[in-house]
Amino acid sequence: MSQPILQVRDFTVEFWVDGVWYPAAIKMNFDVKAGGTLAIVGESGSGKSTTALGVMNLLASNARTSGSVKVNGVEMLGASASALRKARGKEVAYIFQEPMTALNPVYTIGFQIVETLRTHFDMGPKQARIRAVELLTMVEIPDPDLSFDKYPHQLSGGQRQRAMIAQALACDPGLLIADEPTTALDVTIQAEILDLMRNLKSRLNSAILLITHDMGVVADMADEILVMKDGLTVEHGSADQIFNSPKHPYSKELLAAVPELGTSAKRSLDASARKQSPVIKLENVTIAYPKRGRIPEFVAVRDFSLEIYPGEIVGLVGESGSGKTTVGRAAIGLLPIKSGKLEIVGKDISNASQKDLFTLRRHTGIVFQDPASSLNPRLPIGESIGEPIFLAKLAKGDELNKKVEDLLEQVELPRSYRNRFPHELSGGQRQRVGIARALALTPDLLIADEPTSALDVSVQARFLELLLDLQDKLKFACLFISHDLAVVDILAHRIAVMQDGLLVEVGERDEILKRAKHSYTKRLIAAVPVPNPAEQKKRREARLAGKL
Amino acid sequence: MRVFKFDKNKGTKENLDLSGENAIANKETAGLSQSQIVLKRFLRHRAAVFSVGMLVSIIIFVFSAIDSKIGPISINGWWKHKTDDLPPLLYEGCPGGTVGCPTISMRPKWLGGAGIALGEHPFGQDDIGRDYFALVMRGAQRSVMVMFIIGFFAATIGIVVGAIAGYFRGWIDAVLMRFTDFIITIPSVIIGAVIGAKFGNLGAAVLAVYLGLFAWTGLSRLVRGEFLSLREREFVDAARVAGASARRIIFKHILPNAVGVIIVSVTLLLSGAILLETALSYLGFGVVSPDVSLGLLISNYQAAFSTRPWLFWYPGFFIIAIALSINFIGDGLRDAFDPRQKRAISKKERLRAMVGIRNKE
Repeated sequence: MSQPILQVRDFTVEFWVDGVWYPAAIKMNFDVKAGGTLAIVGESGSGKSTTALGVMNLLASNARTSGSVKVNGVEMLGASASALRKARGKEVAYIFQEPMTALNPVYTIGFQIVETLRTHFDMGPKQARIRAVELLTMVEIPDPDLSFDKYPHQLSGGQRQRAMIAQALACDPGLLIADEPTTALDVTIQAEILDLMRNLKSRLNSAILLITHDMGVVADMADEILVMKDGLTVEHGSADQIFNSPKHPYSKELLAAVPELGTSAKRSLDASARKQSPVIKLENVTIAYPKRGRIPEFVAVRDFSLEIYPGEIVGLVGESGSGKTTVGRAAIGLLPIKSGKLEIVGKDISNASQKDLFTLRRHTGIVFQDPASSLNPRLPIGESIGEPIFLAKLAKGDELNKKVEDLLEQVELPRSYRNRFPHELSGGQRQRVGIARALALTPDLLIADEPTSALDVSVQARFLELLLDLQDKLKFACLFISHDLAVVDILAHRIAVMQDGLLVEVGERDEILKRAKHSYTKRLIAAVPVPNPAEQKKRREARLAGKL
Repeated sequence: MRVFKFDKNKGTKENLDLSGENAIANKETAGLSQSQIVLKRFLRHRAAVFSVGMLVSIIIFVFSAIDSKIGPISINGWWKHKTDDLPPLLYEGCPGGTVGCPTISMRPKWLGGAGIALGEHPFGQDDIGRDYFALVMRGAQRSVMVMFIIGFFAATIGIVVGAIAGYFRGWIDAVLMRFTDFIITIPSVIIGAVIGAKFGNLGAAVLAVYLGLFAWTGLSRLVRGEFLSLREREFVDAARVAGASARRIIFKHILPNAVGVIIVSVTLLLSGAILLETALSYLGFGVVSPDVSLGLLISNYQAAFSTRPWLFWYPGFFIIAIALSINFIGDGLRDAFDPRQKRAISKKERLRAMVGIRNKE
């Protein structure tokens, strides 16, 4: 047995809030060995990031830690600032979730890598540059020599994450802490980054502490898994054991909540529905952001045609920048279309005036992506929900309150929540409020723009279940926009796939998932990680073989 | 259906016990509305709370001391002298052969002083014997009134211009902001001087209104910036989808969210206003005699500074006290409205916590 690179014993982190210490991570015990990967899994607020930051001694000033954290046998808790500086970057490196904010936008990525190198080694600028280009080559950034002088904003999201990994690897650290390294990335890029991390691990024989909420990523990477809930270690075991025979009910719950591609029951639509006139009809629609000053016009969606029939859920899938949100916003009249024809409930709104749009609002509702910004923080949620009803002059005063309470009940929130403010609610609850508001006028068409992308898996599962129930009851048509094929799989009758502003493929759900015709759709499906280590290994090998 | 083995009741109680995301950060704000959170944070700022008390007591003291009129309300002052009384000049006990020195005594008898007493003319008398305490009170009344009028007009115009420019963007924004730029290029003292020369004799209130018409520029730019970022938030889209008009979105949805920036910059604008009034009056363009303002008092008696410094100290003290309290209040409000501000733990509290752990062990 080799000595573990990271040894954590009885590690407790507490935060001081308003006169009381609140524990965020309690009595953590784990080891990470060279060449091994430990994944810490849990929902937001479970203390997994806090643990990772605590290991690096990077916590906010209102935190205190106790226990022991040893890196290569050296105690890190209570170590002097200079000792910590020496260890950071050299022995322990950190990959952050959001590469755009973790890289300094005013320096080139080359400069930032060189800075790390020269802090820890006695190295001249030329030597450091050579080494940095070497690192960039290692993380497979295209044209490393040129990319050296690029600023973070000139790189794509995946390339930025690669640059950050290059920086983290600059000093061949024994331990790499990756805090949700792929959460901000598209699935195909996520697969590439995970491949890269796996290759680097085997080449450099370093240890990885992986923090994630994505069971698919865990299945792809981890040797050992530690499940956390409310700061406590719920279960700790090998990947096989946790995935195949989880002992703790919470681990089971967590695994059950992960949507898995191709496992949901068939959802059929009455044949009669397709015979009715469609709720929304887009014909060769082009949507462009007009030119502003020197920035030329940007065509976000080209020649897009889609129809949605009453009671049907259509999933719109694509990677970031493919134009799927633009379609959603145009479909509800928030963005004008440049050419083509857009019909909602039989009305042509291609060139609608404000007044036409106003009547249209009664037939449509939208659930937004970000629960933190989609509710006015200064209004009690009852007022937010009631606003469409109030503005449509359908109810007022007590009658309105009654309706709002009914809506809250419909989305399974207590009636008393009417007077609460958005910041008092969790993300999942806020998204429920978002649905309640969207359904306030019992619309014929609901646009859901990535409503679950900011939610934890178990919250997401409950949210999707609720959405399905409501759809069964109210029979509205729904355009469900998502980057997650597994989520769309649960809900949709039909799936439409977008790439670079073009509709690539559209068809019945099973047709798309099992017999996709377009190569892009196939690539998208292959890149989705499956929460099953053995299965994931098979898929990975198939994918890599396909690449070669 | 796929397996969604979740207790339905569980969904509804999710965050009531404050588990889940941001749980710890939210503990502090559980069950409070936004304004209550702001108030709580503001009350932590000791200097600001002290300044609120200070400012309120100064205003009450100043307006109750001598006869004053605020709109329809007239107040009869408790001070025995009026600003136009001409009592005989006193010279008893004055240093260096001067006359009309302050009779206020702060040193108690047991420290060898004359005991704590106001005397006949606590702040002294001016050249012709008028009671200086009454003059300073009147001056402070004027200055406070001018400050509030400037603040009111500047805030109203600044908010409306900034909100319209930021919300509608496009050519409306271009026109309004170029107009704002134009106003900014004219130094405020020069504007004040021209206005003072033209309208100074109409009284302090009219002067204040005109000054307010030129003091809104900074605020309008801030409000515009705030609107530009807030209008892209999803809740604004949600309101638009709900069918809200532009006016409703501006005033009901966006403005309350910009209130932090507005309150903070308006308070700082107020302290700027009192200094502007003082500066203009000192230069002779602001309030003119026989009316009195703090700046005018300083200007009138600047020659007497070496021989009778109290004619300088008392109005100066009131200017500093008012401007400083407002600045501290603005400071406290800015901290209270800034969600990133977290109170650091003091050394004492940290120490106590450490001891707590050791005792437990």
